[in-house]
Amino acid sequence: MKIRAQIAMVLNLDKCIGCHTCSVTCKNVWTSRKGMEYAWFNNVETKPGVGYPKDWENQERWHGGWVRKPNGKLQPKQGGRLAVLAKIFANPHLPEIDDYYEPFTFDYENLQTAPELPTAPVARPISLVSGRTMEKIEWGPNWEEILGGEFDKRSADYNFEAVQKDIYGQFENTFMMYLPRLCEHCLNPACVASCPSGSIYKREEDGIVLIDQDKCRGWRMCVSGCPYKKIYYNWTSGKAEKCTFCYPRIEAGMPTVCSETCVGRIRYLGVLLYDADRIADAAAVENPHDLYQAQLDVFLDPNDPQVQQQALADGVPEAWLEAARQSPTYKMAVEWKIAFPLHPEYRTLPMVWYVPPLSPIQAHAHAGAIDSKDGLPDVDSLRIPVRYLANLLTAGNEAPVSSALKRLLAMRAWFRALQLGDQPDPALLQQHGLDVATVEAMHRYLAIANYEDRFVIPTSHREEAENAYALRGGCGFSFGNGCDGVETESSLFGGRMGRRKIIPIRILDDH
Amino acid sequence: MNATTGLQLFLFGIYPYICLSVLLLGSLVRFDREPYTWKSDSSQLLRAGALRIGSNLFHYGILVVVMGHFLGFLMPHWAIDWALNPSQHQLLAMVGGGVAGVVAIIGLSMLIYRRIADPRIRRNSRKWDFTIVFMLWLQLLLGLITVPLSAQHVDGAEFEILTTYVKGIVTFQSGVAGLLLQVPWVYRVHILLGFTIFLVSPFTRMVHIWSGVGTLAYLFRPYQLVRTRKREVRT
Repeated sequence: MKIRAQIAMVLNLDKCIGCHTCSVTCKNVWTSRKGMEYAWFNNVETKPGVGYPKDWENQERWHGGWVRKPNGKLQPKQGGRLAVLAKIFANPHLPEIDDYYEPFTFDYENLQTAPELPTAPVARPISLVSGRTMEKIEWGPNWEEILGGEFDKRSADYNFEAVQKDIYGQFENTFMMYLPRLCEHCLNPACVASCPSGSIYKREEDGIVLIDQDKCRGWRMCVSGCPYKKIYYNWTSGKAEKCTFCYPRIEAGMPTVCSETCVGRIRYLGVLLYDADRIADAAAVENPHDLYQAQLDVFLDPNDPQVQQQALADGVPEAWLEAARQSPTYKMAVEWKIAFPLHPEYRTLPMVWYVPPLSPIQAHAHAGAIDSKDGLPDVDSLRIPVRYLANLLTAGNEAPVSSALKRLLAMRAWFRALQLGDQPDPALLQQHGLDVATVEAMHRYLAIANYEDRFVIPTSHREEAENAYALRGGCGFSFGNGCDGVETESSLFGGRMGRRKIIPIRILDDH
Repeated sequence: MNATTGLQLFLFGIYPYICLSVLLLGSLVRFDREPYTWKSDSSQLLRAGALRIGSNLFHYGILVVVMGHFLGFLMPHWAIDWALNPSQHQLLAMVGGGVAGVVAIIGLSMLIYRRIADPRIRRNSRKWDFTIVFMLWLQLLLGLITVPLSAQHVDGAEFEILTTYVKGIVTFQSGVAGLLLQVPWVYRVHILLGFTIFLVSPFTRMVHIWSGVGTLAYLFRPYQLVRTRKREVRT
């Protein structure tokens, strides 16, 4: 047993209002730079839809994640080591920028400088890549917002597998949900495994997966290796970049920017303890339906004294063990089993988990529009098909998702009854494996969702990592070498495109 | 001794060492001081298109050509002589190198066309990106011109002179510069341009070749990499 700790995230999709505050704050902090305009470390998709980049979930097309070989071993779906190297000159599975979208600005100047015209002047879109006027913007970062576009195109969504999707194209049956996405900081990351230069790594202390910018050579195998398409190739710097889980904030005990700014308070951050020795076996279980349970089995109970003892021996600090005991993510994912990994069938053991959304149904159920079962609305008659959620969260295994939805409904029913002054029935809870204490805790975390309950983040032990004395007067985070600003200064060895900026030496005549 | 010999000595006796020194030291300094600039600088994301075929043709072709040069010029005589006589050796070099060279120049032509014709790629290219691909294209062309020239002397004698020259350079033999007076000008320009490519490499994207060799370590490493920030405790 080798115990490590990771800061894991849970997103309560039931409360996501699709406001994109997470995406925008993330963008402003991390990707508002040349070469990264098209990249969104955090984005929110409207489901059903093909997503960003287009069709990212379809690994028959993009070849991300892992495959289990007949001998039970895993290898990246894009190929073994030799196959990856053989594809290094032209990666056949790399998306083009148009699969994300061609980044653009607008010719605002024309609004000011246009001569008098019979019609109002317009600001035409200009490509940030080619610098040319774009005749038409064909796709954007959130093109399918609130079911934008035709159902025919959106329904290419991979999660419709084994769902009779045609009926959901009808107006009366249509459904939607939001899916905020970021790097999953997997336990078994396929990007790390795909990197020919060994520049991507997982941090032992907090599980954050990072790209060493000085070691990245731009071979771009990680972009195709990641099944979530959450590694982006910076076409200006020639390096791959990804969500950093805001590690400078996490190290200081602060939530990530996307979590901090979430107005719906849907995001939770907390420590999960896991057994690193079990990762390989868990990721390689034969039946994809078992992957969710296998990943749960990798996590360890922070209240178990034996686990605590071993964790301390393996170098997990005491403060982290205390945080693990208070961890909201442990409660939701492991204790209550209401949160699930995104697409476990990619076998990466993702560490950003999701509470499936309920549909707005309570009023419908009361009106008799939805069947009720044992005092709860029947989950099988929810607007969002359970199978769709299962395809998203449990590799198509409906039972765990269905159980989680029932628990959420039971919690709602319990508190609805209390609110209305009725006498709630404890039998309702028992049917779904809950008791009063648990359902009250669930209510506290899911409905009240106080800041200090949502974010239980122990500070990192920086004193173990660096000599603070040598850091005096240093610069903070920077790109490039040393204390350069956002863009690397051009040097002898090339830098930014175009002309070098040199201040010419001129002799000023003082007379 | 006449005036041309002085220039000859510089170009073929001294210039190669300047180029090789800049290549090695320049690469080392850049690797150490400017690691963020060290990259392959792929433009595939912006437009795959012709790159899918062109880049593969060029890279696999040029790999064979470069390996051929290394093996053909630097392998000691005893390692070759048991299998091939000089004439056969030259024939192998002409056919193998010729085919690989044609493959590479077709691929490179596709890449150059793409770099010029595609507004996305052209706008995001540095001056050195254009310069180096043209240098490589010219070098491939010169190399291919030597194939029919060699075909006029299939006895392997000319080949022997070139081998002696290259071996002389890498083993620091003085006086090999004069040997090249006996070979046609195409060979001499090919050699000069070749060393010039070495000279400019550390200042261009060509440094990714070093890393390309480095990726072979990928074949032997475990899939997962974990790093710790903890400093070693000094006792």
